[in-house]
Amino acid sequence: MSQHTPLYEQHLAANAKMVDFAGWDMPIHYGSQLDEHHQVRNDAGMFDVSHMVVLDLTGPDATPFLQRLLANDVARIQTPGKALYSCMLNERGGVIDDLIVYFMETNWYRMVVNAATRDKDLAWIGAQAEGVDVDIRERDDLAMIAVQGPNARDKAHAALGTRIDAARELKPFFAADCGENKGDLFVGRTGYTGEDGYEIMLPAGRAGAAWDALLAAGVKPVGLGARDTLRLEAGMNLYGQDMDEDTSPLEAGLAWTVAFEPAERDFVGRAALQKQQATGPARKLAGLILEGRGVLRAHQKVITEHGDGEITSGSFSPTLEKSIALARLPRAAEQHCEVEIRGKRLPARIVKYPFARNGKPCTR
Amino acid sequence: MSNVPNELKYTKSHEWVRIEDDGSVTIGITDHAQDLLGDMVFIELPETDANYTAGEECAVVESVKAASDVYAPITGEVIAVNEELGDAPETVNQDPFGNGWIFKMTPEDAGEIEELMDAEAYRELIASESH
Repeated sequence: MSQHTPLYEQHLAANAKMVDFAGWDMPIHYGSQLDEHHQVRNDAGMFDVSHMVVLDLTGPDATPFLQRLLANDVARIQTPGKALYSCMLNERGGVIDDLIVYFMETNWYRMVVNAATRDKDLAWIGAQAEGVDVDIRERDDLAMIAVQGPNARDKAHAALGTRIDAARELKPFFAADCGENKGDLFVGRTGYTGEDGYEIMLPAGRAGAAWDALLAAGVKPVGLGARDTLRLEAGMNLYGQDMDEDTSPLEAGLAWTVAFEPAERDFVGRAALQKQQATGPARKLAGLILEGRGVLRAHQKVITEHGDGEITSGSFSPTLEKSIALARLPRAAEQHCEVEIRGKRLPARIVKYPFARNGKPCTR
Repeated sequence: MSNVPNELKYTKSHEWVRIEDDGSVTIGITDHAQDLLGDMVFIELPETDANYTAGEECAVVESVKAASDVYAPITGEVIAVNEELGDAPETVNQDPFGNGWIFKMTPEDAGEIEELMDAEAYRELIASESH
């Protein structure tokens, strides 16, 4: 039996085409994935992300625990509401999941991890917490709505009123605690689209009314299909495709999320990463653009002068009107390559990503 | 529920066929097919004047989700292709039986058309595929 988020009825009312995602019935689109993509780049769209997992970590050992658990360093977020994007690694330096962690207050952090990796993540975190004075509480009482686009913040304030006024002052990658009970109405200026906006955590029982208010304010529902094309244009990794337990962050374009300093901070996977760093990772994550017709897709073979690689994520970019992809390539590969698509070899350009930001293409 | 116009003929691979007054046939993909595939981004049209055998791959419709082959429903020669789909592939989604037509053929053997599925049989096919 598939699970339903608190917004299931809202999706049906909006004519969603529902599909299974990680055991949840989720909207893939509400009519046109392409229209929904443009809606976010040009105006404001909203996503039901209630299937994602919110974990509250509390206790006297919370900070040292997270400093050991995560490749990025929570010492960087010792201000209420400050957020950090990090990988959680295994001993081989492979990625168990990527996540965002927020500092709530002293000895209280909130992590948001992927829906598809929930069971694995909880088992791992629980095992790492053995003998550590830290409590882990899954906040499945909270729903989450992401409102994204150039007009997203304005429309969110129009819809949700003075309760979220504190969010107006937010800098990017900070969150505001707006609820009567700490943590119950938590608004982050974060997102997975490359546009400005909020990710709003709120009690499940209030999610339907919030969604309806946002609709009335002119925010359109956006499904998982557009979510994928938006994040790909924005150059944001998708766990399970762009990296997995056998990939290090260094080969997934995520070296910037690993805090090697201070050298005294030992974290799970550090030794393996340092070994990889010493010789230099053999592969890198690069952007590809197909200049002609066709669509790049995950697992297609990439042929370069320096050896073969593979596309990790690919799709059609509605903003560029071409196909784009992320690919794991030999480190020296640059400028040009070919991609094997349905038996033919088509030329593609190797580029830095992101591909689009703030509504416009931006590749070089 | 997908739209299945009564006056058309259908194939198991989800093409529809309309017999025109001059004996030529117009071909596209069904509402059921476009709904399964999602938003179209590229249509690779058949070659005009090319000859195809019934069941032969002759075009490709590519959506954000997947590329899908289109098969010639009958044996014959392609006499026209819908060039407008080059700039507006989404027409296949929006109007699959009308402006979303993909190509036209002159049939080699008119009898082959009679052997195609009628609307009722196609409705049964898609109902059975949904389980």
